[in-house]
Amino acid sequence: MPKWFTPAAVVCALMFAASPFLIANAPYEATMGLVQKIFYYHLPSAWVFLLSAIICGIASARFLFGGSPKQDRLAHAAAELTVLFGAIVLVTGPLWARKAWGVWWQWDVRLTSSFMGWMVAWAYLLVRKYGGPGSDKLAAGLALFGMANVPFVYISVNYWRTIHPATSVVPTLPVDMGIALWFAVACFVLLFVLLLRMRVRLEEQRAKLDALYLSLDE
Amino acid sequence: MHSISHWMNKPMRVLALLLLLVSTPAFAQQQPSGQPPKQTDEFVPISQLPPQDQLPAAPLLVTAYAFVWVVLFGYVVSVARRLTKVQTEIERLDADIKRGTRT
Repeated sequence: MPKWFTPAAVVCALMFAASPFLIANAPYEATMGLVQKIFYYHLPSAWVFLLSAIICGIASARFLFGGSPKQDRLAHAAAELTVLFGAIVLVTGPLWARKAWGVWWQWDVRLTSSFMGWMVAWAYLLVRKYGGPGSDKLAAGLALFGMANVPFVYISVNYWRTIHPATSVVPTLPVDMGIALWFAVACFVLLFVLLLRMRVRLEEQRAKLDALYLSLDE
Repeated sequence: MHSISHWMNKPMRVLALLLLLVSTPAFAQQQPSGQPPKQTDEFVPISQLPPQDQLPAAPLLVTAYAFVWVVLFGYVVSVARRLTKVQTEIERLDADIKRGTRT
């Protein structure tokens, strides 16, 4: 692991430990009340989910057209993190919606497109695991569709009729709410970088192990 | 063996029986709230739930945050374990190669 990894991990752990205090001190939202505080983890995890899908898509494109195994390892790591953060978004969202909207789930364009992006990431991992020889390129193709879905997820709330809050809520947040949100965003982005590095390291070690077995067979 | 007839004469037994018969329906008709509930003959819609019927937010909030923490912690442990396993295997193979044997 690089030298920066351990200090960054300590900082990340401390930031995550501090985040509930900032969130507790943030004011309540007028119509939703207490349950709106799910927002402070829901939104950062959603952004990291989309960021991860973009990284997976770009790395897959570079692997497909450049053939770099390093990019393939990065794409594989990012796909797993897309599934992880997507799961957080798709669980915390319905918990918030149950109180705010009165339903767990609504098949509107934001929720459906997010769910589709999550399923594409799952498909990527399943193809990699069970697809056999050549599955790395098939999965890379899937990742391009996962990345293409990202702008659609983001703008969906502004162009289609939906009960999901619009993207305009973030720039118009009051300062107290904004501090809690941007601190949580920093926590999740730092965690994402650390997890991505760890996961890429795992792929690198697996590649090294495969190379060792191949050298022994020869 | 002592029976009721031993310590109660006949008029007293009759009186006790009458009291029991009269008081039982009166107890049965009593309701805890005093008034029996009225029969519902129509449903009246309201726009908002009364406060005592509303879904509490705290369990949903706690579940959401607990889920995030547990899942992230579980994932970190999972990656660390996979990494340790692969590194152990690499070290074992390296040692085998240096010894010139393979297990």
